[in-house]
Amino acid sequence: MNEILGIGASRGIGIGPVFQYKITKIEFESCKVEDPTAEINRIRKALPVAQSQLESVYEHAKNDPSTQAEAEIFQAQLMMLDDPEFWQQVDQKINDEYINAESAISEVAKHYAEMLRAMDNEYFAARAADVFDISNRVLKILLGISDSPTEGLHQPSVIIAQDLTPSDTILIDKSMVIGFCTADGSATSHTAILARGLGLPAVAGAGSAILKIHDGENVILDGNNGLVIVEPDDATIESYQTRLNAAQVIKEKALSNAKEPAVTTDGVEVEIVANIGNVEGAEKAINFGAEGVGLLRTEFLYLERNNLPSEEEQYQAYKKIFDLFGNHPVVLRTLDIGGDKELPYLDMPKEMNPFLGLRALRLCLVEPKIFKTQLRAALRAGKGRNIKIMFPMVATLSEIRAGKAVLEECKNELIQEGKPFADDFEVGIMVEIPAAAVSADRLAREVDFFSIGTNDLSQYTMAADRTNPTVAGLTNAFQPAVLRLINQVIKAAHQHGKWVGMCGELAGEPLAAPLLIGMGLDEFSMSSPMIPVIKQIIRGLNASEMKVLAEEALDLDSPEEIQMLVKQRVPQADITV
Amino acid sequence: MSEIELVIKTKVGLHARPAALFVQLAKQFQSEIQINNSGKMANAKSILSVLALGVYQGTKVVLSAEGEDENEALTALKELIESNFGEPE
Repeated sequence: MNEILGIGASRGIGIGPVFQYKITKIEFESCKVEDPTAEINRIRKALPVAQSQLESVYEHAKNDPSTQAEAEIFQAQLMMLDDPEFWQQVDQKINDEYINAESAISEVAKHYAEMLRAMDNEYFAARAADVFDISNRVLKILLGISDSPTEGLHQPSVIIAQDLTPSDTILIDKSMVIGFCTADGSATSHTAILARGLGLPAVAGAGSAILKIHDGENVILDGNNGLVIVEPDDATIESYQTRLNAAQVIKEKALSNAKEPAVTTDGVEVEIVANIGNVEGAEKAINFGAEGVGLLRTEFLYLERNNLPSEEEQYQAYKKIFDLFGNHPVVLRTLDIGGDKELPYLDMPKEMNPFLGLRALRLCLVEPKIFKTQLRAALRAGKGRNIKIMFPMVATLSEIRAGKAVLEECKNELIQEGKPFADDFEVGIMVEIPAAAVSADRLAREVDFFSIGTNDLSQYTMAADRTNPTVAGLTNAFQPAVLRLINQVIKAAHQHGKWVGMCGELAGEPLAAPLLIGMGLDEFSMSSPMIPVIKQIIRGLNASEMKVLAEEALDLDSPEEIQMLVKQRVPQADITV
Repeated sequence: MSEIELVIKTKVGLHARPAALFVQLAKQFQSEIQINNSGKMANAKSILSVLALGVYQGTKVVLSAEGEDENEALTALKELIESNFGEPE
């Protein structure tokens, strides 16, 4: 038995065989040929195959609502595949140098990729990657290598990879996935978000050791603790299996009551809402019993594309989501870009510490055009709906005022243009920077609500990078300092008659629910699959008792002590899901 | 052979979506079309060459075309560039 430690990227436990998602190495010999025309003809035959493969990936991406944005990348690749200069150079190389098709293609691809990379920005680096993607596609056809890295995936497995991009995950049959584990990546990477949406466990940043596990070998994937257990012994499997089975029973029971409200035994009702990032997520949230949306991530409209989304495009997307929720609240978080999420087409300068840099609201305030396009689209789409606007990454009062001033400008413009929009909506902020948490009593006067982002609040409070597995223990949101800040924020808001939500991972953590109810949190927002279970736990709690429990917990000195206390006092919250 | 001089005004220059639209349109003509950015030439029907030309916002480019439909080609490309590729401003 051997344990590999990574970062818990999505909750849950998976037990099963490993499937290594491998990109097959393209290997060929460079050699001289006698008949250049025959080589050129090989390419002529391969190109239509490559084109139909790419077209099918493109169609696949376009028709899946979660990957529509990525479709554009494949469209761009289709254009490159049809580039006359590229193939003329390949032909010329074969004719002049009498070399085989494989060497000619790979040399010309290198030449173009280098030219694009020399232009030294992320947009061109991505295009250079596209050049290799298409040349590799053609090379694989010439060499008879299968196009599918998931060939042989016939039983539900733990998918292991260096890292997975959206274009990889599009093509994986989700019914064959027990969980994901990546050598690279972090709790905020694409795979992590995908896994949470699917309710599957994931461990990220586990290092290259996981790539050496053989296909078919059994592992335990513990997404709660960021652990991969290789060749587990029978006792370990049994202990995990027991927890998994118990969790399964609870999950099924909770799911049958998913639409019921979350009311404590002494009559305190809290709102249970969803974190979503696209239209597909909205539909799913409703099925899991979400009473609205506590966090609509809007980045999906901006990522994996080459230009900014227009107001109209955003309007259509927001409207679809708002309409699905009818009168239920939807909290739209304005663009949260920067940090680990970059937009290549914005040409943002490289930063030494992107998590402490020009990101989210800070960026929006220096790029008012981008900000206004989004706000106008959101306000227009929110007409007649229960929308709330939320600014991320707020540190100071003046940032809130500046954000609200831009909102006012947008409203005035829309009035002048005679366009209908949501005129009565709440404005709030994410509390994720310690500065905002410490000054919560001041900031509360300026907003209608707070939503606590525990992932960033933990990393900023503890000065510990949440993408770094070696300090994962510090970013634990059960750290007393983080819980104290959360408690302080809730109290400050309530003193000013404002409501407080939470949209970080902690809101969907079963063991945290008793404490958060005790502190008086009004709204819990989480990835949809967690909703039924959290509702179920809350229905079994007595709010006044939890208040006492929370006070006791805040008096303890370590995350372990706090978690132990909750486990002892509220055993039904100690579940593995 | 015909020639025209134009300024690219889109924020991203002649890259991303504008570049794709430009090449797609150029391909619809029989004529050979070249785009010249201060002495560097590229085949207007080749997306890779156009991208590698590094035409940023505010760059002046010369388009030249040779062939039966050279005038139509230049008019159409001019229109596309002057409409700012359908993007605001």
